[in-house]
Amino acid sequence: MSDAILALDNVSKTFGRADKPVYAARSVSFGLHPGRTLALVGESGSGKTTAARLIMREYTPDEGQLLFRGKPLGKASAKALKAYRASVQMVFQDPFAALNPTHTIRYHLERPLRLHQPKLNSKERTAAIEELLTRVKLDPALLMPKYPHELSGGQRQRISIARALAVNPQVIVADEPTSMLDVSVRLGILNLLNDMKAQLGLALLYITHDIATARYVAEDIMVMYAGQIVEWGDTESVLTNPQHPYTRLLLSAVPDPDRRFSDTRFSEELNRIEFIRRQSALPRPETREVANNHFIRPMPE
Amino acid sequence: MTDPVLSIRNLNIDYIGAEKDFHAVKDVSFDIAPGEFFGLAGESGCGKSTIAFAVSRLHRPPALIRKGSQILVGGRDVLALDDNELRRFRWREVAMVFQSAMNSLNPVLTIEAQFYDVLKAHTRISRAEARTRAAELLKLVDISPDRLSSYPHQCSGGMRQRIVIAICLALNPKLLIMDEPTTALDVVVQREILQRIDVFRKELGFSVLFITHDLGLMVQVSDRIGIMLEGELVEVNDAQTIYRTPQHAYTKRLWASMPKLHGEQIREGAKS
Repeated sequence: MSDAILALDNVSKTFGRADKPVYAARSVSFGLHPGRTLALVGESGSGKTTAARLIMREYTPDEGQLLFRGKPLGKASAKALKAYRASVQMVFQDPFAALNPTHTIRYHLERPLRLHQPKLNSKERTAAIEELLTRVKLDPALLMPKYPHELSGGQRQRISIARALAVNPQVIVADEPTSMLDVSVRLGILNLLNDMKAQLGLALLYITHDIATARYVAEDIMVMYAGQIVEWGDTESVLTNPQHPYTRLLLSAVPDPDRRFSDTRFSEELNRIEFIRRQSALPRPETREVANNHFIRPMPE
Repeated sequence: MTDPVLSIRNLNIDYIGAEKDFHAVKDVSFDIAPGEFFGLAGESGCGKSTIAFAVSRLHRPPALIRKGSQILVGGRDVLALDDNELRRFRWREVAMVFQSAMNSLNPVLTIEAQFYDVLKAHTRISRAEARTRAAELLKLVDISPDRLSSYPHQCSGGMRQRIVIAICLALNPKLLIMDEPTTALDVVVQREILQRIDVFRKELGFSVLFITHDLGLMVQVSDRIGIMLEGELVEVNDAQTIYRTPQHAYTKRLWASMPKLHGEQIREGAKS
């Protein structure tokens, strides 16, 4: 595998009072590689979005560091940070809130181009906007003059993706990009993310609670609970042969048409939810490789 | 066959508009048997919530139920109930858990007071008896009776959702309508709550009308499923048939656009 373009190295972030800490990230380490998608799954409150915000530099780590092209970001110059912001882009969960209702689609795409490619003249900018819209499979002539409210949820999410692509990023962080969309629209967005990865060689971090969609887009997967990555590795290996009790609990709770409620195969985990949650929430520094490219942080059974 | 708990015939509902009416529910007919878990699935705007609101007569203008529509609950014509009958009908015959049910509790009343509200309105019950009954109902949803003196904000989202369900079961309704009851909750909490409802309806014998856009979840929990598309009920069948051998092109398309958790993955571009 190629070197990680962006990596978190033992990053921790804690919120709340000192006597009642909330561990949003606990010694989190992972790398994002060009042309690959890494999925981060977990229930709400597990720290998924905190990981995204650490990458976007909305939060600074309490401990640990971010590495961009192998260099620590903490010591980076202002110029290097601007390059970082252009290289790492985000697609948000809510396509209704992510776009400004008072601006046209053209404006949304023109702004990042003006900021990061100031040398383009207006004709070149228009051409770039047209290319972006075509890339996300929207009709440029039709969409450019429109306002966000005139678009469907799926179209808006495509605009969000186009906006992220406008600055030629190398990394895209997509935080639940399909959870607010209808089933029949979701697949189009997932296919678009897959195309971006393949055609542009982007490194993707795909954050979701929907494990089936993670399996569709990601080569690798991480399962997070209470700020800690409890199991990670090759997506197929983790999902078909989960080794950590929390991963098994999560998988047994995920809606799955192949398993009726009356099917008791996974009821063992569901019967000891409290125990698994309590144990998974404790720091587990030890790492064990359970299969090729498949790791867990073991907890007592 | 026993008489259905809910029988809907030729239901047509319009949203009246200034220029044009929007025909939200088009000639929908289906039955729910006693004790049956019936799922109604479809994408946003397909009319599934409009049907749920009509069954409990909660629809408001501009929604208008057209003449010739029929909704029977336990053989009674719901659309013909007067105000007094309607008051008795709600909660007692049909109880409804709303999409954001965890926010439908009154923030300034204790949990006990909210149980008492429902019980006092429908039965002759003393405060002490109501308290005992409320404690029983809370135990049913695995919440400690200590919580009776709590306010909603002191309970987690999943807990509040279970409290709403307990209140809905207070008068032993024949039909429980759940409109996206767990959408705002975690998968693990969602699973716990639905598993519990599944057990209750078998023990207590009520029927469930379950509305969601999550087809996978629906197949897991429902006996029968209806698929809606733009106001029409395009396919009704038992859950396994809807999953394994769907008949309608739209149902097939829905499955083709859902990534799978295991086994062979769907092919890219099934529909984009």
